Amino acid sequence: MLLLPRMSSKLARSLLLLLFAFSICDAVALPGPISDRHRSAALELFAPQHGSFASLEESYEALRIFEILAVREKPDVRATTCPKVLENLVSSTPLKDLFYALKVNGILKCKVNGDIFKDIASRLKATVKDAKTLIDLYYSIGSLLLIKDQASDVDVLLADADGTFHSIKALSQSDGKWRYTDKPESSTYAAGLALEALAGVITLASSEIDQSRVNLVKNDILKLFDSIEKYDDGTFYFDEKLVGGHEHQGSISTTSSVVRGVFAFAAVTSGKINLPGDKILGLAKFFLGIGIPGDAKDLFNQIESLALLESNRISIPLILSLPASVYSLSNKDQLKVRVNTVLGSAAPPLTVKLVRAFSTVAKDSAVIQNKDLKYDQNSGHHVLDVLPDKVDVGIYVFVFEMVLHDADGEKVYATGGQIHVPIYVTGIVKVSNAEIAVLDNDLGSIETQKTLDLAGNDIVSLSANHLQKFRFSFQLTTPRGHAFKPHQAFLKLKHETKYEHIFVVGNAGKKFEIVLDFLGLVEKFYYLSGRYDIELTVGDAVMENSFLRPLGHLELDLPEAPTSKAPRLPPLAVDPYTRYGPKAEITHLFRTPEKRPPTQLSLIFLSLTLLPLIGFLVGLLRLGVNLRNFPSSAAPATYAILFHLGIAAVLVLYVLFWLKLDLFTTLKTTALLGVFLLFVGHRILSHLATTSAKLKSA
Amino acid sequence: MARSTSKDAQDLFRALWSAYSATPTNLKIIDLYVMYAVFTALIQVVYMALVGSFPFNSFLSGVLSCVGTAVLAVCLRIQVNKENKEFKDLAPERAFADFVLCNLVLHLVIMNFLG
Repeated sequence: MLLLPRMSSKLARSLLLLLFAFSICDAVALPGPISDRHRSAALELFAPQHGSFASLEESYEALRIFEILAVREKPDVRATTCPKVLENLVSSTPLKDLFYALKVNGILKCKVNGDIFKDIASRLKATVKDAKTLIDLYYSIGSLLLIKDQASDVDVLLADADGTFHSIKALSQSDGKWRYTDKPESSTYAAGLALEALAGVITLASSEIDQSRVNLVKNDILKLFDSIEKYDDGTFYFDEKLVGGHEHQGSISTTSSVVRGVFAFAAVTSGKINLPGDKILGLAKFFLGIGIPGDAKDLFNQIESLALLESNRISIPLILSLPASVYSLSNKDQLKVRVNTVLGSAAPPLTVKLVRAFSTVAKDSAVIQNKDLKYDQNSGHHVLDVLPDKVDVGIYVFVFEMVLHDADGEKVYATGGQIHVPIYVTGIVKVSNAEIAVLDNDLGSIETQKTLDLAGNDIVSLSANHLQKFRFSFQLTTPRGHAFKPHQAFLKLKHETKYEHIFVVGNAGKKFEIVLDFLGLVEKFYYLSGRYDIELTVGDAVMENSFLRPLGHLELDLPEAPTSKAPRLPPLAVDPYTRYGPKAEITHLFRTPEKRPPTQLSLIFLSLTLLPLIGFLVGLLRLGVNLRNFPSSAAPATYAILFHLGIAAVLVLYVLFWLKLDLFTTLKTTALLGVFLLFVGHRILSHLATTSAKLKSA
Repeated sequence: MARSTSKDAQDLFRALWSAYSATPTNLKIIDLYVMYAVFTALIQVVYMALVGSFPFNSFLSGVLSCVGTAVLAVCLRIQVNKENKEFKDLAPERAFADFVLCNLVLHLVIMNFLG
């Protein structure tokens, strides 16, 4: 497959990786069993604040995880949590808090008075009889079960277990899901809760529940598992479509709720539930595939579900994992495989068989067939001691199968049939016979030829003109002596002006060769003569000695660019990191201010404006204005003066407003002055009016 | 003919002037005030014609102040004029108070618009 030259190396690599991905789509990276990383994540996520956890629910989750994972450095929260438990073990606490208080007490075993349990038990039994919703039934039945374990003398048996069983079963639906109340919204999460509650009812029943009803529930479980979702790699999980009203549970909470319910139910019923082993294994793969969750609740759901899967009555999943999936031929590694239960404990006696191994490029021919791996007692690994000579560098798919030594084991354990695992076999690829030559013309008479040791550091110095050709060749050989085609085999010519050209080196079998005819490349090189640095890149995922090596220089003499067709040099690729450097300074272009008239002209006109005022005053004098009507008596005189002062004050305020005040203060002050002015003006003007009226009548 | 026209014009002018002299003094004061306002407006318009209308809002506020106060003065004259039968019952002091109030409001707006 010839890639176009000048395609960037990244694009080429990604295309090749895509092709490889398609060829090994059956084989995926295997998630390993629970490890110490989960233990440290548990300590981190469930770190108590000020010595205690935020709620009883969180305390329970933390304590249960520490118990399951046998975490050694767990924090001691007895002193702070036991008092909280005791204060919640009263009849009046809400059902959910009571439930979690009892759960915490089950782990911590705080000192609780026996009478408290009796009290709570009687209240709970009453609640069970009257409960209308699934959640209430779940919590009350769960609490009664916990009391049964913690206080053996208290009577927790349900009088009407059949009735309770019936009321829970009545909420089920035909597709295996359950409703929370009479309202029609149903969910898979509720199914998990219901199954757990039903298991509780069976345990707490004073007389045995009718077996036909139990079988109906078993059918419900099978129907529920019909709605299971899966990924292509054999992972199974439950997911919830958006249910209004109740909080939306993600796939982890939903799946773990179902796991809790189903296995609780399976534990209390006789007879088998016919769930296929691969679905149980798929659930285990789902939880292990999460890795280390970042959320505390997700971690709790993961660990608790895996603990239930570890020892359940239906089918125990066995997990096959590889510590490493890359094997180096030069280091003479050994292929190691581990088989554990989900929590990392030892598996029952079994043999791991390598059914076949094939290369991804030749799927039909198997390089290894039907080998058994030897079990090493000390390390617990199954080991394939030596890879046969046929195995060369490359990507392979190894198909494993577990065969249990105990024939009945197939019913108890789920092994998952044939497991495909991608394995990378790497090695040192020999690079040899490197030759650089400058050829004269079509006939190929050699002008200069030099051999190069690509392992060393020597470089060559050549010169050529546009009539000549450049030839470079080398050989690649795998450790087993076969031809090898790497992902990348590029030759780069870089001019002193930083313009570079990349060419792919093609091959015929082991020999890689590239011939550059400069006559055809003159335009591509933008007519740039001068010194070109030559660089060779050979790389591949399975090649341990991939390299990028400068080979030397080439002084290239190209003709001048024709003036009619001046070569437009494309912009050089800017160093991508300068993108984050400081940018060019922008000088703001301010709006050019308007042209103003010269100051003197404005001042002249200002004085001209005052002329009419003078004319007005002169005219007033000529008309003979007088102040005869000014009141002489004291009170009206003051009012008159105040009136004129008021008007003057308002005008002064306006001038201040123009000079520096803002509208709001002006309005406020104007309002005040206006009120004053109104009052004063009214007095004086009414006085004047009455005076003139008197004069008229007189 | 021209002579009689100019004489007629002079006669007309004299007649007008003598009739005008008969108006009461307070009305004459108001007329004088109106003339003052109009002349101030004219000078501002001439200035704008010379230097251009930037900033336009200042020009408008200046001219409208003069025109507005002239209009208010004319209203005052109408209301105060004793010969005006329509406003017989309105006291001249009341008309003056209205004039003062309206002028104050007008000049507040003008000052805001002056910029």
